[in-house]
Amino acid sequence: PAFGLFIFTIARDPLRIIILIAGAFFWLVSLLLSSLIWFIAVKASDPQDERLQKGLLIFGVMFSVLLQEAFRFLYYKLLRKAIEGLVALSEDGCSPISIQQMAYVAGVGFGLMSGAFSMINLLADALGPGTVGIHGDSQLYFLTSAFMTMVLIFLHTFWGILFFHGCEHRRWWEIAAVVIMHLTVSGLSFCNPMYVGSLVPSYLLMAAAAAWAYLVSGGSAQNLQRFLLCKC
Amino acid sequence: MIAFMNNSDSEEEPCNERTSLMSAESPPVPSYQDGLPASEAGEAQAHRKRRAGSSRGPNNIAAGEMSGSGVPVRESILENEEEELTLKYGAKHVIMLFVPVTLCMIVVVATIKSVRFYTEKNGQLIYTPFSEDTPSVGQRLLNSVLNTIVMISVIIVMTVFLVLLYKYRCYKFIHGWLILSSLMLLFLFTYIYLGEVLKTYNVAMDYPTLFIVIWNFGAVGMICIHWKGPLQLQQAYLIMISALMALVFIKYLPEWSAWVILGAISIYDLMAVLCPKGPLRMLVETAQERNEPIFPALIYSSAMMWTVGMAKPDTAARGASQQTWDAAEDGREQLRSPSHAESQMSETRGPVPTRPVTSLEELEEEERGVKLGLGDFIFYSVLVGKAAATASGDWNTTLACFVAILIGLCLTLLLLAVFKKALPALPISITFGLIFYFSTDNLVRPFMDTLASHQLYI
Repeated sequence: PAFGLFIFTIARDPLRIIILIAGAFFWLVSLLLSSLIWFIAVKASDPQDERLQKGLLIFGVMFSVLLQEAFRFLYYKLLRKAIEGLVALSEDGCSPISIQQMAYVAGVGFGLMSGAFSMINLLADALGPGTVGIHGDSQLYFLTSAFMTMVLIFLHTFWGILFFHGCEHRRWWEIAAVVIMHLTVSGLSFCNPMYVGSLVPSYLLMAAAAAWAYLVSGGSAQNLQRFLLCKC
Repeated sequence: MIAFMNNSDSEEEPCNERTSLMSAESPPVPSYQDGLPASEAGEAQAHRKRRAGSSRGPNNIAAGEMSGSGVPVRESILENEEEELTLKYGAKHVIMLFVPVTLCMIVVVATIKSVRFYTEKNGQLIYTPFSEDTPSVGQRLLNSVLNTIVMISVIIVMTVFLVLLYKYRCYKFIHGWLILSSLMLLFLFTYIYLGEVLKTYNVAMDYPTLFIVIWNFGAVGMICIHWKGPLQLQQAYLIMISALMALVFIKYLPEWSAWVILGAISIYDLMAVLCPKGPLRMLVETAQERNEPIFPALIYSSAMMWTVGMAKPDTAARGASQQTWDAAEDGREQLRSPSHAESQMSETRGPVPTRPVTSLEELEEEERGVKLGLGDFIFYSVLVGKAAATASGDWNTTLACFVAILIGLCLTLLLLAVFKKALPALPISITFGLIFYFSTDNLVRPFMDTLASHQLYI
C-alpha cells in the first residue's frame, strides 16, 4: 500500500520525489546516529549480561525514536526555508507546493525508508529456504512483520502531517503528542511476540492519527460523506 | 583471466579514457535561455523547488553561460527572465537524471545479486598490479594505495593525451578511438555478460542465435550512440554500457583498492575540473572557445528536443536566420557535471517539435536538458554494486548507498544552479556514498539485526 501511495500521489511531481528522497535521507541519518550511540553503548558494556543488553536495546530504541522526531523537526525547518525560496521564484507569488503537501511527502519519505529498512532483509531471506518459527518462535513472524511495517509507514505519514501542522501553528502539544505516540508504538513492539499487545493498539493508534490528520488537513465528516456518496 | 584482460588491453584504455573523461566536468555550454518568453505557463507547473531554500539557487540546471558569439542582443534583454525560467526547470531535470542513474544502479545490483560471475575473483586488471592477497593488513593497505596511484596516473595520462589531441585538432584520431572503444564495449562485454547470465539461469543458447543477437545489439548501439537515433534508445544504450563497464570494474578491482580508488577519483575529479590548469577544464574551455561539440558517446543527455541542424559547416549553407538559430541551439546544451556537454545537437535527440520551427524562442523553450557524464554513471554504479556485493548487511547497505548517491546528485545539481559552471558530479555523491556505506555496514547493521530478531520497531 505504501508503494501504491507513492505511485499515485508522488511519482507525478518531480518536486515531491525530491522531497521524498530527502525525507528518506534524513531518516537514514537519524538512524545512523542512533545506531552509533547504541553501538558505543554496547561496546562499552558487558556482552554477556542479557538483561543489560536488553536494557541497552530498549534505550537504543527510545533514543532512536527521539532522534527521528528531532530530524523530522530539522527537516521541517529546511522545508520552511525552501518554501520561502520557491515563493520568491515563482511567477505568481505563491508556491507550487503547499506545506501540507510537503508534510505528507516528508511523512511518506520517512515511512518508506523505515519500512524498507525493517522489511527488506526479511523479504530477502523469505525468498530462501527455511521454515518459519521452527525453533519455537511464532509462526506468524512474517505476517506480523508485514503488518507492523505497514502500520508504521502509515503512522509516519500521519505523524508527518500532524507534526508539520503543529509546527506551523505553534501548537506544541501536537508535537508532543506525535512524539509520545511514536514512543508508544515502539514501546508496544516490545510486547512481541505477543502480537495482540502490539498490533492491535498500533492499528488503533493509526486510525486515531489518521482521523486527526484528516481533520487537521481541512477535511470533515461532511467532506467524507460527499466523497463517498456522490462523486461530484 | 589475466591473460584475457591483457589482450583486451587496448579496449581498456579507451574505456579508461572514457571514464576519466566522464569524470571530467562538462563544459558549461552557452545556453540561451534568454529566448524564453513568458509563455511558459505550461512550465509553471514545473516550478520546482530543490531542497535548499536559497532564493535563487535551486533550480537552475540549465546553468550555462552566455556564449559571446551568437545572439548578444537577446541576452541583455531577457537575462532576468532567463534566470527565472531556468530555475523553474530544476526539479524536472533532477528527476530526469535520477531515473537513468537509478536504472543503471538497479541493473548493476540485480546482476551482482544473481550472477555469481561478477563476484568471483578471477584476476586483476593490469592497471592494478598489486595483489591484495597479502597476509598483513599494512601490506594490503599499501598495495591498495599503490594500485590507486597507478590507476589514477593512468587516467591522468589518458585525459591529458585526449586534451592534447583535442587542442591540436586531431579529431579523426579521437573519433576513431572512441568508436573503437565503444565497439569493444558493445560487443565483447555484452557477449561475456550474456554468456554469464545464460549460464546462471541455465538457458541453452546456440551460437548462431547468439551471434545474430549480439550483432544486432551492437550495430544498433553503434549507430545510436555515434550517429542519430531516437533519444530513448540512445539513453538506454548509454545506461547499458555504463552498467557493463561498472560490472567489469566491480569484478576486477580488488576490494580495498576499489574503495580507495573511488575516493581518489572523486578528489581527482574535483581538482581536474576546478583548478585552472586542470585538463578537463582546459578541454571545456577549448570546446567553448571553438563553440564546438565535444565528443559524442561520452555524455548522457536528457534533453527533450530534437534539432535537425547540426553544429557543422553544412548549416552555413543555410540562410543567416538559420545560422543564428543553429548557433543558439548549440548554446542550448545544458551542461552538466562531470561530463562534456555536447554542444552538438546531434547528441540531443528528442521528439520532433510539432510546431513549426519558426521562432527561436519556441525552440529554445523546448530545448532543455541536463547532461551527465557516463563516468559518473559508472562510478555511482560501482559504489552501489560493491555495496551489494560485499556488504554483509545486504540490502540495507545498498539502499542506504543508493539514497546517499541520489542526494549527492541533488546537491550537485543545486550547486550547478548556483554557480552556473561546469561542476564535478563525483565528489559529493561519492563522499556521501562512502560515508553511508561504511557506517551502515558497521554501525547500523548490528543494530537493525538485533531489532529484527526481537521484532522491535523504531
